[in-house]
Amino acid sequence: MRLPAVMKTTAARLSALFLILFALCAAVLIAYMSSLSVRMLTSQTQDTIMAEMQGLDDAYRRGGLPTLVRVVEVRSRQPGANLYLIADPNGRILTGNVESIEPGVLEVEGWTQKPFAYRRYGDSDSARRALRGEGAGGAPAGETRHHALALVLRLPNGMILLVGRDLGEPEQLRGIVNHALLLAFAMMGVGALLIWFFVGRHALKRIDAVSEASRRIMGGDLSGRLPVTGSGDEFDRLSENLNVMLARIARLNEGLKEVSGNIAHDLKTPLTRLRNRAEAALAGKPRTADYRAALEAAIAESDQLIRTFNAILMISRLEAGYSAEQTAPVDLAAIVADVVELYEPLAEEVGVALAVGEVAAATLDANRELVGQALSNVVDNAIKYAAGSGEAPAVTVSLIRAGGDLVLEVADNGPGVPPEDLDRVTERFVRLERSRSQPGSGLGLSLTRAVMEFHGGRLELSAQNPGLSVGMIFPGDSKRHGDT
Amino acid sequence: MKILVIEDDREAAEYLKKALAEAGHTAHVAFDGEEGFALAAQGDYDILVVDRMLPRRDGLSVIAELRARGVGTPVLILSALGEVDDRVTGLRAGGDDYLTKPYAFSELLARIEVLDRRTGGKEVETHYRVGDLELDRLSHTVKRAGQEIPLQPREFRLLEYLMRHAGQVVTRTMLLENVWDYHFDPQTNVIDVHVSRLRGKIEKGFGAPVLHTVRGAGYMLKAG
Repeated sequence: MRLPAVMKTTAARLSALFLILFALCAAVLIAYMSSLSVRMLTSQTQDTIMAEMQGLDDAYRRGGLPTLVRVVEVRSRQPGANLYLIADPNGRILTGNVESIEPGVLEVEGWTQKPFAYRRYGDSDSARRALRGEGAGGAPAGETRHHALALVLRLPNGMILLVGRDLGEPEQLRGIVNHALLLAFAMMGVGALLIWFFVGRHALKRIDAVSEASRRIMGGDLSGRLPVTGSGDEFDRLSENLNVMLARIARLNEGLKEVSGNIAHDLKTPLTRLRNRAEAALAGKPRTADYRAALEAAIAESDQLIRTFNAILMISRLEAGYSAEQTAPVDLAAIVADVVELYEPLAEEVGVALAVGEVAAATLDANRELVGQALSNVVDNAIKYAAGSGEAPAVTVSLIRAGGDLVLEVADNGPGVPPEDLDRVTERFVRLERSRSQPGSGLGLSLTRAVMEFHGGRLELSAQNPGLSVGMIFPGDSKRHGDT
Repeated sequence: MKILVIEDDREAAEYLKKALAEAGHTAHVAFDGEEGFALAAQGDYDILVVDRMLPRRDGLSVIAELRARGVGTPVLILSALGEVDDRVTGLRAGGDDYLTKPYAFSELLARIEVLDRRTGGKEVETHYRVGDLELDRLSHTVKRAGQEIPLQPREFRLLEYLMRHAGQVVTRTMLLENVWDYHFDPQTNVIDVHVSRLRGKIEKGFGAPVLHTVRGAGYMLKAG
């Protein structure tokens, strides 16, 4: 049996669900409509009968039974007439246009509780026979049997007067409604099949394609991408988003590879030097002074290694979120003053003019230590690169408002960074080829970037002519205190 | 100076003990938190050197309970952690100073000696004198051989710290922490340049040097 397998597909389940929901709604709607129209028709019929009865009652009051009989006979003969019947107290029919009637109808005065069967004069013989045959037993049955609604009135002299109307119209309506209902169900069935076909064959095929592609990518082909049809629908959007995610993963992966390479370089090189020095010191017959020198060099080398490890550790802790409770209102202008003051003698020594540019007054929630360290990293870098290049090496530190943001900007007029490398320099361990010989862990800007991201900000590098401008951007929505 | 080292790494602890002994101090070693607490509570130590992560009992809880019992012995916390918040929690628990592993022994020694002097009753004074060099905190003046030397505010604070700890080794990180109030490791020799600038002002034209460089450790202000 294949049904369970078919029902496993989303399309089949969706179609079945839609079918059931549609059918329920349609049934409720149709039932409501038909009962409403039947009720309306019935109430119209009752109004007509009521008016007729009123008229006959008037005739009876005016001229007694003979007038009533005459009026009834006249009205009975009119085309499309209602049902009229006058019977004696025992229920024997005296006059009117009804030949026979379902037993018991005349015995209860007032509105008939439910439609009853009757025969009119002039109906076919076969029908008459059928009615007669059934007559004694119970409810008469036959093709031409009519149903009617009637009002029964007992006149003061015991005679029975009945005015009724054939229910042909409401009955016909019910038939139409039933027919429509059936048709609707049939169309819904076809619709459900179409939905199943469309969703199943078309849309779900694309989901299959996506899952197939993702299986391939999981298999290790990170360059693979999910199919996009270009229709811009939900599936395309899903695929596009997943593709962006894949691109990001691929980029991170790429970065990881590069970092491993750089770690190999930046950590292995000093470790090798360390080992070589120890080996060289042990070789031959060195004097005590040589041992001393070798050990001092080893200590210096390990200090540098420790510094690098500390920076890596700090970056990963910052990236892991760190503890945000370590922020407090911090005066950024004061940090600028501190750092510039700290580096000013060093800058002077290497012939770089370290200056403070425009400084806006700004206090925001931050970690003073981290921001101070980040800024000093940037200033340290700027001095290093500006030194010895150009006619008048200069580094300018400013704190400016740009839009709603606060920007700590350090600009130098050194050799700058080639535009194609601007994005890369803040990555871990990236040191551009020609600066590999410079001292430092290569982590300064990465650390600064991590500090900025920890504060919800970002680090932006832009080329100057000449030189490099590093912007530590604190977004405008970070909490400010006492702005002036 | 009698020092208690609470450190679970036996090799590191023995090394510290030996190195402290060579520097002229008596060191005892405890290898876990409970033992360390018991020894420290009996308490005739001048300094406690406490590792943060200890077996049986965490270093911070040892310090906190010692403080709760009124033991005021200065504590230097050693830690492999070392971010700003770690230092803050360490100092909040009752530590007096914080040093991140791996550390240079000279740094540890310098900090221990400064801590000891502090409890030895040497309060912040208003007037310091080292040889013919004088610093007055109230009038904010510095004189050498009676001649006034004009200093920048930061140079004044730098000299003040050096004079307060005259005769003791003061490391670069101690200067950055105490004079600039930043706790990171400066990448380049920024502190050295500040010190040599100060040295130029207080030594140039005046006889004997007073501000000495201690190789591999830091600086020391000493007369003669």
